[in-house]
Amino acid sequence: MTTAPVIPPEARCDGILRPGNTNCAGCGMSIGLQWLEQALDGERPTMCIPACCGIVTAGTFPTSAYGVPTVACTFASAASVATGVSSVYAMNEEDELTVCWTGDGGTYDIGVATWSAAAERNEDLLYICYDNEIYGNTGGQRSSATPQGVKTSTTTAGKLEPKKDIMALVAAHRVPYAATLSVAHRDDFMRKVKTARKMKGFRFLLMLSPCPTGWKSEPGDSVDLIDTAVRCGLFPLYEVYGGRRYRINARPDGTPLQDYIKRQRRYKSQTLDLDALQAQIRENWAHLETMARAFPAPEL
Amino acid sequence: MARELVTGNNAAGYTLALAGEANRKARGAICGAYPITPQTEIVEFLRDFKFTKGRVVAVESEHSAMGVCIGGSLAGARSFTASSSNGLSYMTENVFAAGYYRLPIVMIGVNRTLGPPWNIWTDQGDTLALRDAAWLQLYTESHQDLVDTILLAFRVSEDPRVLLPALVAEDGFVVSHTQMVVDLPEQEQVDRYLPPLDLPHRLRGKGVTVGGMIFPHDTERHRMEIQAAMDRVPQVLAEAIDEFEKIFGRRPHGTLSAEHTEDAETVLIACNTMARTLRNVVKRRRERGQKIGLIKAKLFRPFPRQDYMRAVGHAKRVGVLDRNHSPGSGGIFWTEIATSLREKPGLLLQDYLVGLGGGDVTPAILDEIVDDLNARTAASEPVWKEVLS
Repeated sequence: MTTAPVIPPEARCDGILRPGNTNCAGCGMSIGLQWLEQALDGERPTMCIPACCGIVTAGTFPTSAYGVPTVACTFASAASVATGVSSVYAMNEEDELTVCWTGDGGTYDIGVATWSAAAERNEDLLYICYDNEIYGNTGGQRSSATPQGVKTSTTTAGKLEPKKDIMALVAAHRVPYAATLSVAHRDDFMRKVKTARKMKGFRFLLMLSPCPTGWKSEPGDSVDLIDTAVRCGLFPLYEVYGGRRYRINARPDGTPLQDYIKRQRRYKSQTLDLDALQAQIRENWAHLETMARAFPAPEL
Repeated sequence: MARELVTGNNAAGYTLALAGEANRKARGAICGAYPITPQTEIVEFLRDFKFTKGRVVAVESEHSAMGVCIGGSLAGARSFTASSSNGLSYMTENVFAAGYYRLPIVMIGVNRTLGPPWNIWTDQGDTLALRDAAWLQLYTESHQDLVDTILLAFRVSEDPRVLLPALVAEDGFVVSHTQMVVDLPEQEQVDRYLPPLDLPHRLRGKGVTVGGMIFPHDTERHRMEIQAAMDRVPQVLAEAIDEFEKIFGRRPHGTLSAEHTEDAETVLIACNTMARTLRNVVKRRRERGQKIGLIKAKLFRPFPRQDYMRAVGHAKRVGVLDRNHSPGSGGIFWTEIATSLREKPGLLLQDYLVGLGGGDVTPAILDEIVDDLNARTAASEPVWKEVLS
């Protein structure tokens, strides 16, 4: 008699990301998943992953590149499925961590209502967005995370609109914790995951995730590109506690924005306006510094 | 067993709650709840219920309501919700997901016309649009039928031979907002009837991906397994009814109910509350010596084709009453029944689209339909039987 697939008894629980996965060379997700595992000190979370490169990573049935329990959710459903999972763990008094691992499409676009509601209910979830600023596994279309001036297959001349400020949106929900992650700043990454793990409720981590395929960059440049994005001020590293209290983790060091732009052919567009982008970065920092001064999180 | 005067929605909410509570010694109960007329009282009832081990999450959409049910079910809890009309449409992606994940979720579909233009009255088009979602579908004619069928649905869905979700349909307003005297089950009875849920493929700390990518051949096998599970439903349902009778002392209808069909030359088929009106029409005509019978359609997925072959018997004329409309085709029950009866030689099978958008289908209208059917020498395209009220 055949029934629903039963999980084979020989199935193991390994690290989060097993070797032999098919991630592209230079994919930020590969680093992110390994560092997540290291930061969790051997804890095995349940992963809820919607449609995104992250679920392609899992591989094809019956194999799984994820060595932990993983649910492939429908595109907009990571936070709702995870709500169900974590609720049942909690009512059975199981101290299991439930992680949403989602791309920018699932976070900035189609999944907004779902995570927003989960954040408003303060569900006990660790929500991580690996943001490669593009619909990657459909071949590179614009999302609302795509920066102004970037060419994608649906913005062939370059995107006109600036990137959505998802951190501000998350902070507006007054969730316990929101922070940005860099795959070039390991200590900072580890500390933030550990901080989030110790807390209860809705915790949000935003990781700028290099995508050589979509960014038209060299795979070997990936980590350095993120380092440059932080140094030039384009991608600020900061934390927001309770949606109000800010802490800045790294400040621009004068590295020119050009150093980031010139190594990615996605920026070779008609709409790229470096002066405007530089002005946006200045304004973002003025805003961030003002918030951090007016509403500081306690010193580390 | 308490005999109480209750609305359909309160009866449904109560029964779902007792089913959820019955899983308290296993992994509990979970529900994603979102309001839509005429279903809202069901999720309100559930939000108020004090589960020993359970949670009703007030989500922001039907899509997420089913998402919560999916996650909760995968984590091992008994899972249920309710919706209607455009809510079901909005939920659809995750309705399919629940079927394909093989999760025994039970959902009440309170039938309401799909819009726009907006209409809150009953019409089976909303739930029938989900017919391909790998869910069982059961249509109920009364408050008591609703209560009993919800319990049957959990029992059958969670059976290891089935492991598919189930949708139980009731007519909006006609059942949902009217009161009838109902034998409501006691918790102790439901505890006996619904053993603790032990989902074989629940998340158990193993490093596997549920619902990831598969190639075409594995997809074929997946669909074949779902079909095989569907094929086992009539047998599992029959056993569930036997067990139901032992615990609750009454016998709900199974795949369908054939009434006065043994010698009938004319047979009419209807689901939900139309079947009850039809029953009265048939009774009066039998009293006048007419050889007429009816089939109350209950199980729509899987569609019990063999049962219809048997139930129609030697009838010369069969009329199907469809309170739904598939534009470009006709009534959805009709096409299913036509497929079922395709090997009945010489049978006149006629479809009537009646009560669409919740129009009041009175005995007088059904009498006109029966007269039309009896006068026919050949079937035509589906007949629009308008309800002018």
